Amino acid sequence: MLDCGLDMTSTLNFLPLPLVQNPRLSNLPGWSLKDGNAFLDKELKECSGHVFVDSVPEFCLPETELIDLSTVDVILISNYHCMMALPYITEHTGFTGTVYATEPTVQIGRLLMEELVNFIERVPKAQSASLWKNKDTQRLLPSPLKDAVEVSTWRRCYTMQEVNSALSKIQLVGYSQKIELFGAVQVTPLSSGYALGSSNWIIQSHYEKVSYVSGSSLLTTHPQFSVVFQPMDQASLKNSDVLILTGLTQIPTANPDGMVGEFCSNLALTVRNGGNVLVPCYPSGVIYDLLECLYQYIDSAGLSSIPFYFISPVANSSLEFSQIFAEWLCHNKQTKVYLPEPPFPHAELIQTNKLKHYPSIHGDFSNDFRQPCVVFTGHPSLRFGDVVHFMELWGKSSLNTVIFTEPDFSYLEALAPYQPLAMKCIYCPIDTRLNFIQVSKLLKEVQPLHVVCPEQYTQPPPAQSHRVDLMIDCQPPAMSYRRAEVLALPFRRRYEKIEIMPELADSLVPMEIKPGISLATVSAVLHTKDNKHVLQVPPRGGWGPPPRPAQPTGGKKRKRPSDDIPDCKVLKPLLSGSIPVEQFVQTLEKHGFSDIKVEDTAKGHIVLLQEAETLIQIEEDSTHIICDNDEVLRVRLRDLVLKFLQKF
Amino acid sequence: MPEIRVTPLGAGQDVGRSCILVSIGGKNVMLDCGMHMGFSDDRRFPDFSYITRNGRLTDFLDCVIISHFHLDHCGALPYFSEMVGYDGPIYMTQPTQAICPILLEDYRKIAVDKKGEANFFTSQMIKDCMKKVVAVHLHQTVQVDDELEIKAYYAGHVLGAAMFQIKVGSESVVYTGDYNMTPDRHLGAAWIDKCRPNLLITESTYATTIRDSKRCRERDFLKKVHETVERGGKVLIPVFALGRAQELCILLETFWERMDLKAPIYFSTGLTEKANHYYKLFIPWTNQKIRKTFVQRNMFEFKHIKAFDRAFADSPGPMVVFATPGMLHAGQSLQIFRKWAGSERNMVIMPGYCVQGTVGHKILSGQRKLEMEGRQVVITPTLPPPALSHACCDTAAGVMQVEYMSFSAHADARASCSCGQAEPENVLLVHGEAKKMSFLKQKIEQNSVGKPRRGRACEGGFSRACADRARHLAEALSTPPRGQLLYAANGETVTLSTSPSIPVGISLGLLKREMAQGMWAGHAGWGGAAAGQVAPQTAPAPAPAPASQGYSRMPRSPGSCRHPIMKDSNFRLVSSEQALKELGLAEHQLRFTCRVHLHDTRKEQETALRVYSHLKSVLKDHCVQHLPDGSVTVESILIQAAAHSEDPSTKVLLVSWTYQDEELGSYLTSLLKKGLPQAS
Repeated sequence: MLDCGLDMTSTLNFLPLPLVQNPRLSNLPGWSLKDGNAFLDKELKECSGHVFVDSVPEFCLPETELIDLSTVDVILISNYHCMMALPYITEHTGFTGTVYATEPTVQIGRLLMEELVNFIERVPKAQSASLWKNKDTQRLLPSPLKDAVEVSTWRRCYTMQEVNSALSKIQLVGYSQKIELFGAVQVTPLSSGYALGSSNWIIQSHYEKVSYVSGSSLLTTHPQFSVVFQPMDQASLKNSDVLILTGLTQIPTANPDGMVGEFCSNLALTVRNGGNVLVPCYPSGVIYDLLECLYQYIDSAGLSSIPFYFISPVANSSLEFSQIFAEWLCHNKQTKVYLPEPPFPHAELIQTNKLKHYPSIHGDFSNDFRQPCVVFTGHPSLRFGDVVHFMELWGKSSLNTVIFTEPDFSYLEALAPYQPLAMKCIYCPIDTRLNFIQVSKLLKEVQPLHVVCPEQYTQPPPAQSHRVDLMIDCQPPAMSYRRAEVLALPFRRRYEKIEIMPELADSLVPMEIKPGISLATVSAVLHTKDNKHVLQVPPRGGWGPPPRPAQPTGGKKRKRPSDDIPDCKVLKPLLSGSIPVEQFVQTLEKHGFSDIKVEDTAKGHIVLLQEAETLIQIEEDSTHIICDNDEVLRVRLRDLVLKFLQKF
Repeated sequence: MPEIRVTPLGAGQDVGRSCILVSIGGKNVMLDCGMHMGFSDDRRFPDFSYITRNGRLTDFLDCVIISHFHLDHCGALPYFSEMVGYDGPIYMTQPTQAICPILLEDYRKIAVDKKGEANFFTSQMIKDCMKKVVAVHLHQTVQVDDELEIKAYYAGHVLGAAMFQIKVGSESVVYTGDYNMTPDRHLGAAWIDKCRPNLLITESTYATTIRDSKRCRERDFLKKVHETVERGGKVLIPVFALGRAQELCILLETFWERMDLKAPIYFSTGLTEKANHYYKLFIPWTNQKIRKTFVQRNMFEFKHIKAFDRAFADSPGPMVVFATPGMLHAGQSLQIFRKWAGSERNMVIMPGYCVQGTVGHKILSGQRKLEMEGRQVVITPTLPPPALSHACCDTAAGVMQVEYMSFSAHADARASCSCGQAEPENVLLVHGEAKKMSFLKQKIEQNSVGKPRRGRACEGGFSRACADRARHLAEALSTPPRGQLLYAANGETVTLSTSPSIPVGISLGLLKREMAQGMWAGHAGWGGAAAGQVAPQTAPAPAPAPASQGYSRMPRSPGSCRHPIMKDSNFRLVSSEQALKELGLAEHQLRFTCRVHLHDTRKEQETALRVYSHLKSVLKDHCVQHLPDGSVTVESILIQAAAHSEDPSTKVLLVSWTYQDEELGSYLTSLLKKGLPQAS
């Protein structure tokens, strides 16, 4: 299984989970059908023309109906965003396999899951809505609820216990580590340049190679980002039979550099006017980039006195972890640890008290809180987490600004339950993953035989159908897939690598049959263990099963009829060539056969040895000797025939 | 036969200046490039003339690998690369890459500034040398070139210490460097997978020293320090800046906190603070516990341990000082030792190994009088080493106490070769004194008694205690080497013949067919017999040797390192049919049909049935079938019964087989000729 990400956009259909009792949200009117039927008014609430489910938020899982998860041997994880569904897959499903991921992926992934669980669990909500999910009911609902897919499989958040159990099934791997799976295939993670520890994977046998490219970044195009992680390893992707391409940028038209510039200037503008800035974000990832940019920007923009707050149950861990994975960073950052200095400058922001971090708005934060300020907090869906509190707190003032930087959620949908809103909203999505120009460059460089990708990459975005540049363009055309579709990869396995023991190899005497082509017959025992095959010298006693245990001693050994049964595994050389009839007859005569008659047939000849009542049918590529049961005669004839044939 | 050759240029039977040359599969790799701390002359560096008398280092060596940052493993690197001249790649882990230049600079300063040595490498040379370094991540397979690959494993000796697998084709060597099998307070235990190398090159530094159980040693250490401090004495602990120092710091820090002690602990300046910072940044290289808790509390941020200033040495009152270098051969530790050696209240604790020629080695080996700057210092140890594990040097008047405690993270006798988990075929011992190595060798061999392998069992001339230790070692050596146990002196080459198997492509159809037959026959442990044809690729391939040479005549040149590693071999194993087809040849089928006359008055069908039941009872291991059309088959041999044209009481059996079934067909005709048993 390649990755198991969680579709969290499903949570946009739910009402936000406030940290403190919120009269606005609790007083929203219930929604009723056009005919006035109000049986759903406990589950569905209306806010500024949008309808929301008033329930614990639920997530849309990967397709699990299609396969028996107990048959999945291995899950390969490409980055920490792509493992959020792991507990749903590995727990209570019969899954017994192994998950492979890099150490930063696991550590940061754990933080993301921990934050998610914490956000949901600390505001227990009694209600769990299910009536609206009824197929007949759902049809009557307004968009987007009406069009939501697979609602029956939506699930509530997992628990920390399930997270820990899922993570315990992960085996840590390093970039360019060759991992043997059951002796059958080898998988190798490669640096993908997108996030801390993010990887692409190569899955290969001795003769076939599949590359899985998911969430990659060619950072050379983002000078602003000063190349943060180990650069993407493109060379190792060459010679792929199939390249599976996914996790491209969600905002193909936006340039991350421009977005960061806009982010900084909007932030400065708001703060200078006495307003507060809210940045909904994940606790790891883009926030490191933003902090690094601000580190360079703060003083020149005269913001040195403005407090920056980072609020998340895992804020401290995230900041600490980011500093200890130097080996996974780009060269510039690596050299910092030689000094030794922490690779990310947020260490200095913390030291100089410009950046403060808190587990939540409760506790120390309420004492330290000063305005105007900048707050980084989650969750970017605006449905749970401390961000809900700040939206309610600052939403009414137009002095304040919320800046969206995470590309996973539509900001308009995210804001819908907070309407009407006076606060300014800026959309600066920062997505450093590959865009279509980079993809075509990559494909040109790597030259896979076939490309496989999600359907939406093979056509322009629905909203911009004229932008044919916003799709994958390659030859042969990419094979596309959609949810729950089964796709056969276009290659045939023809060869496998095995080993020949040196003693056996020594005994082979190849004959040159044609210039440059030699042939040798190999007789060997095939020894197979852990899917590794070795050809060994056959045992001296001949072929067949291992010798039976010795007969008990004493007593005369009686000869049993089966003792001289030949084993059918004695191998004869393969014959080739054809018998020239005239010469054959001459040879027969030379060997004392007389009374030879030759008849022509449609396909060849029949040689009759009348005296011996023997008949030899000779055709282009077959010879048939039909005789009485006279073994001496038969063997003589056999050997004469063999003289004319090539043996291999 | 292909060979693996190993030549120690420095470490063989000698502690210090580890440097081993390995030739494998036509590649030459240098393992470590250390210096000897006991010498100030030519002998401090390995003898590179062994290579250079035949040409340039860069031409000869494919790569250099450094196992960890200790100077006896990397101290000669700038001399080697910048003064002798080497421009190829140097591989090491990232922590080693970070720390190694600092220690080299430290070493250079002592040698040039303090001892005034000339013709030594410069700071710039250290920098230039480090530019040739390529960082290796744990478990990453580094492709040095198309054929040579290396892989690092965690060694747990010091921060960033690694063991290395060097692989060419199917041949491989594992070099353990120094490693540690038991996790300590800041590092984890060495780990390696079952990579089954042809040769394991391992150290034997502590071959005769079985360290007391960890807890005992720690308690002992704390007790000695505590007692000395309590009676107002000063404790000097000579250490290397990185490694054991951090472990002992953690130990003292927690002890001080628990006992609420007030005596100051100092760590000699500069380097140490920096060193601790490295540990903070390289947390993934530390042990499980530290990695799990570092967010809450970074173990390397010490409350009680402060930077040392030279003036503190003369302050009255108790104190504990960690000072570099660890072997008391120069620098701050030696200065402090001189100052404090005169008082019996003071104590020096030697937590690590000392190389011959150093002050540390002298006092540990029981030397009573030390000449230092014209002054004589007298010490009187009660127990003579080598029972070093607890060499308590009693107080004599005006004499400092000396303690040796084996804290160094070298593998001890128990752990040496526990790298048996790699399941090596052969083992080569390096980095120990000759006597200790032979002791270890004997013990490993003894361990093999009663085990099916070629090793020779010898009786060691050592004490009962030693024998006991050896037994532990033997137990630790879970899988003794199947082959030989070797050791080599400097400049002496150990040669190991290998017989690598040859990879070859097999058509999947053929493989599946043979595997299916193997399973069908149900022969435990035996697969089917492969009847394949080996054919070189028909495409004009740039084969290294003419295709007609084949396997049987592969180049064998004893003197040279070339040998047939058939990495992407041009040979393919295909079924006979496919081979003929690819050659454009048709198979010629040779078939025999024999008439066997049987006296039988019954109808043909009944004769056939009788033949069937007879054959079925005789040929138990064969597939005998009676087909609907009345014929009988044995495997692929067809038997039909027909009436005799003249004699109604005779039936003719037509037995028909191909040349491939020659033996069975011939057997069947003679069997049937004997007639059928009377029906009962």
